[in-house]
Amino acid sequence: MSDVVLAGVGGQGIVLASKLLAEAAFRAGYDVKANEVHGMAQRGGSVLAQVRFGEKVFSPLVPSGRADFLVGLEEVEALRYAGYLGDGGWAIVNRRKIVPVTVSSGSFRYPEDIEGRLRARFERLVLVEGERLAREAGNARTENVVLLGALSNFLDIPLGIWEEVIAHLVPRSTEANLKAFSLGRDATVEARL
Amino acid sequence: MRKVLSGNEAIARGAYEAGVAVAAGYPGTPSTEILENLAGYGEVYCEWAPNEKVALEVAAGACWTGVRAMATMKHVGLNVAADPLMTLSYTGVRGGLVVVVADDPGMYSSQNEQDSRNYAKFAKVPLLEPSDGQEAKDFVEVALDISERFDTPVVLRSTTRLSHSRSVVALGGRRSPQVPSFSKDPQKLVMLPLYARGRRRKVEERMRALREFSERFPHNRIIWRERKLGVVTSGVCYQYVEEAFPEASVLKLAMTYPLPEGLIRSFAEQVEEVLVVEELDPFLEEQVRSLGVRAEGRRYFSGIGELGPDGVIRGRMRWEGRDPPEPRQEADLPPRPPVMCPGCPHRGIFYVLSRMDVVITGDIGCYTLAVFPPLNAMDTLICMGAGISASMGMAKAGLKKPVVGVVGDSTFFHSGMTGLLDVAYNRGDVTIIVLDNGTTAMTGHQDHPGTGRTLMGEETVEARAEDIARALGVRRVRVVDPYDLSRTEAVLKEEVASPEASVVVSRRPCLLLTREYGPRYEVSAEACTGCGRCLRLGCPALEKDGAKVRINSLCTGCGLCAQVCRFGAIAREEG
Repeated sequence: MSDVVLAGVGGQGIVLASKLLAEAAFRAGYDVKANEVHGMAQRGGSVLAQVRFGEKVFSPLVPSGRADFLVGLEEVEALRYAGYLGDGGWAIVNRRKIVPVTVSSGSFRYPEDIEGRLRARFERLVLVEGERLAREAGNARTENVVLLGALSNFLDIPLGIWEEVIAHLVPRSTEANLKAFSLGRDATVEARL
Repeated sequence: MRKVLSGNEAIARGAYEAGVAVAAGYPGTPSTEILENLAGYGEVYCEWAPNEKVALEVAAGACWTGVRAMATMKHVGLNVAADPLMTLSYTGVRGGLVVVVADDPGMYSSQNEQDSRNYAKFAKVPLLEPSDGQEAKDFVEVALDISERFDTPVVLRSTTRLSHSRSVVALGGRRSPQVPSFSKDPQKLVMLPLYARGRRRKVEERMRALREFSERFPHNRIIWRERKLGVVTSGVCYQYVEEAFPEASVLKLAMTYPLPEGLIRSFAEQVEEVLVVEELDPFLEEQVRSLGVRAEGRRYFSGIGELGPDGVIRGRMRWEGRDPPEPRQEADLPPRPPVMCPGCPHRGIFYVLSRMDVVITGDIGCYTLAVFPPLNAMDTLICMGAGISASMGMAKAGLKKPVVGVVGDSTFFHSGMTGLLDVAYNRGDVTIIVLDNGTTAMTGHQDHPGTGRTLMGEETVEARAEDIARALGVRRVRVVDPYDLSRTEAVLKEEVASPEASVVVSRRPCLLLTREYGPRYEVSAEACTGCGRCLRLGCPALEKDGAKVRINSLCTGCGLCAQVCRFGAIAREEG
């Protein structure tokens, strides 16, 4: 079974990313469960989604310390949910800082040397230039799909299925999202070696 | 065909397949997407009612014509609909009637985490708890069959984790709806005392019959494994039990009221020890124990918040006599609470209120976020509509400080109007602000009686808060644009000072809906003194940058910061 935890900030497209992954896993023949957050939790707050797939999935929630992959769309959020990742799991983290209002208003500080902390916390870490690659793909809002592309290097889901699912679920900006996916995938293809 | 569906999409599909003809509800996380998806099929009449009581009464009326009907709501919505539910238990149904209620353990998007299963027991109606998307879909039809067979409304209870989880669901076709007709039967449908006494007896006969039925109900099932431990569970908790107790035998209950007493006793007799695993109230545990069965539940499994697999794993450790480890948290991370969006029309109103010496009674919606720093502009919140009524109580108590009640547009139509009638009728000296952003924003932009459009996509009348306020007897009614801070401030000051009730409608559509972004603003580093006044708006687009402030890419061009800056340091970006 593969357990994926996605963390980020409301508005970054976590729900879409989890939908794409769940649909791709389903089409690849797996049983799948996924969950996402709606309502109050979405307004620019810290957001978590989880996708589990395999022969048979029971709980839609991943137990702490069991995830195989932690996909962080934002650096502080990746650290916040680090506890989900199991031994030997991979953290795939977007090099992106989004300053929370608690910081911009001066009450808290955004951690200095966040990259150092990520490296110290995660034994297996892939950093992704999501913002740059999304812009290169022609749509700054495709960072979520860039990160999925990076994750796809580690999953047993054929490329054709990913492309099919992106076209199906993002019909209005398929092209930019396909590009974002392949840029993310290509940029990190060597990480696993 | 099989598809990946959320629990809410699955419930909608279930209603579609079961031939439901009429469905009504009020948006509320985590239940909202059920009706939105059902409306998408185009073959079922679906409506957003002004509130859940109306929704359930609409569904009841529909089912009395012989068609199948559904009402959907979140847990606190069932409090509003409790009045019709209690007596619908007496009248019963003709076509099937299912009441879908979605609880929110953990309060992801709610003001409490009440366990709505208690309503089924309270109202003496059967209760079903699906554990995944497939059951969510299938149990709608099961519920409607039970409803028709036993002449009763049936409660189908979901939770956030079921409603908002996606899983694989096998789909079927749609059964044709009944043709509506009506025949008189006042002894059944007119609940004056004489006839209600007769139906009261029927309710007890029905409960007896349902208890027998539950013993053979095929969805209550035992998964036999080792006989050392037997776990009794229901709903999504069943999934957690499968992960945390893979060796245990499990009695998975689908109908959790009334319970199959014989089945529970026989299960308990065949295992050495019984645990009950459930979220929130010890609803099953108390009933199981009342049968004389030795069982433990709440002793090991927390009744606060969502259990999740971690909660069940930790409960297992306690049961085994081990101390569960404290979860390891990274230190010194800045919290990231939800915030009002950049360009949110509510910000202007609450900025003005935050600078006035008033008590603010709040209500349910995005604007509740005004409670957080730096606005700190909400003093009370309990439920829909109380923003108005609670302000009345404070004023009538004789509080010297002025009281301002705030309420959103959808919330005003839901249950604010009756409170406002009280204010007008009993001559309350309060200022009520209706925050009219033209949508039900928090739950994802659903239409309501003020939007001019129905859930079925048809154009319709547009109810106006200011017209309603006048019709209810309020004489001082003003409308402001919350992007215009100086006028908003002037109007609020006048109305707060006026010695009678007034209503201020703050009108500006939700920016997430219109997506009408103006040119961005920027800070002139030379002119900025770093006084921090603009930061008191709590806008995510404004960031402290050393001693100065800068505006980031989230800026929508609302211009509030330029209006509050005393040094003219903020202006529209050139070009």
